[in-house]
Amino acid sequence: MTEDITVGKKLKAKYPEAVINGKTFRGELTININKDYIQRVAEFLCEDKETAFDYLSDLCGVDLSRLDGSSNFEVVYHLYSMELNHRLRLKVKIPASNPRIDTVINVWKTADWHEREAYDMFGIIFNGHPNLQRILTPEGFNGHPLRKDYPLKGRQPDSLRGVYREGKQ
Amino acid sequence: MTIATQVMTINMGPQHPSTHGVLRLLLELDGETVVKATPDIGYLHRGIEKLAEHKTYHQFIPLTDRLDYLAPMSNNLGYALAVEKLLDIEAPKRSQYIRVIMCELTRISSHLLWLATHALDIGAMTVFFYCFRERETINDIFEMVAGARMNLSYIRIGGVARDLPDGFTEKTRDFINTFMDRLKDYETLLTKNKIWLMRTKGVGVISAEDAINYGLSGPCIRGSGVRWDVRKSEPYSSYDEMDFLVPVGENGDVYDRYLVRLEEMRQSNEIVRQAMDNLPEGEYIADIPDVALPKKEDLKQSMESLIHHFKIVTGGICPPVGEVYACVEAPKGELGYYIVSDGSKNPYRIKIRPPSFVNLEVLEKMIVGHLLADVVAVIGSLDIVLGEIDR
Repeated sequence: MTEDITVGKKLKAKYPEAVINGKTFRGELTININKDYIQRVAEFLCEDKETAFDYLSDLCGVDLSRLDGSSNFEVVYHLYSMELNHRLRLKVKIPASNPRIDTVINVWKTADWHEREAYDMFGIIFNGHPNLQRILTPEGFNGHPLRKDYPLKGRQPDSLRGVYREGKQ
Repeated sequence: MTIATQVMTINMGPQHPSTHGVLRLLLELDGETVVKATPDIGYLHRGIEKLAEHKTYHQFIPLTDRLDYLAPMSNNLGYALAVEKLLDIEAPKRSQYIRVIMCELTRISSHLLWLATHALDIGAMTVFFYCFRERETINDIFEMVAGARMNLSYIRIGGVARDLPDGFTEKTRDFINTFMDRLKDYETLLTKNKIWLMRTKGVGVISAEDAINYGLSGPCIRGSGVRWDVRKSEPYSSYDEMDFLVPVGENGDVYDRYLVRLEEMRQSNEIVRQAMDNLPEGEYIADIPDVALPKKEDLKQSMESLIHHFKIVTGGICPPVGEVYACVEAPKGELGYYIVSDGSKNPYRIKIRPPSFVNLEVLEKMIVGHLLADVVAVIGSLDIVLGEIDR
């Protein structure tokens, strides 16, 4: 727990305008970050000796529209430090109308596929990603299925009817 | 004289026995050397994360079986732990030990299937049959306990579905007493086998730094010499009370990952033994009526239990608003569940962090510059399951 508090303080001292707020729930520290700072914050957290978040466990998108009524997406980063054995959750809000955020591949290479998945599922565009293509859904797929306004049953164009066995074929 | 050469693109999979499922690889070859390899995934995408948003917390458990279908217990456990964290409850000690026994048997079973198919890919057929013989016994044990052989759905929020049945102890003890010798037999077939060494040593090498940066976990990262195991670093479900070692490799090649998994099976065998020796008495599911299911035996005896069961299964439970991330050491690596709750009976968002998905990402880095025949060796050594990659 003391580790967690120092992480928040350190980050605030380094980039005071980047940190929006922090919260601890069930022993997990979450820090909300301003979207323009994500690359710098990621680099700092990875390289600083006292935070040493050298491992990106997970990266995913969340559609906030039915949670707080806003039309925002959230990109959530789960960080882990091999050396210090602590975790941190970073969250960045981005508007659903213009879902763009900088990539963190330059810090953690593992972010490549995670970001492609977030693009596939939510349509979040990661600036600077070398190969931002759909990863789980097929080519020619229409829409982003994990958005809350996407129906559970799916909604597919005629070109993919054969793939989904909806047509005569 | 110069001979004009050109790079050839060939398609490996999605229906290919050594891609371990429906993985498709686009390989660019210069002669027999791999120049570029692009994995194409998603053939098994069933939208499990989307489905989760339309199910109650209890209803999602059977879907977790379908992630890594070779290790359903670990998937169940990771999910149950995440929901328990969200609810701020703890499973009773006995159920924690049962969970450990089941998860370690699962690890052995998953590693056995990996060893069988990995050896088969490289051409050692005998091992395949031996491993399936052992796995059969584990499946029988699972059938005794959970009623199914593959998709077990045995672990519940707050405990497990039912207590260990009669005859379980004898059957499992028989297995763990003989398994060590059996494992020795397999090792004599492979570990010092010259062909095996030539096919696996120095192939698919990844350094410790790269392994961390690429987010590898489980035996894949330990093969590169990083001593990191979630069971040790963030113990869950009473793993801190078990005495076991975390084996690591040195070179980060296919051979070291093979050695690590073999040793892990031995350690798992010992964990099962310890957990069975020290299995505490008590309840197998927490007595928290508003979130946990009633005991199975009570259902047949008492009307109130039946109503209780009905209410929870049909109405669901409403955890507090918040978000949690819980992870377990699945046979393939760090399996994490990130749950966002809006306080309603359906999870607002569930993100699964599948270890195979992240481990597969590194494939291209491992095989570029190697021969086409090494591709199957490297895929085998990553131990991927497409069920959890595609979700």
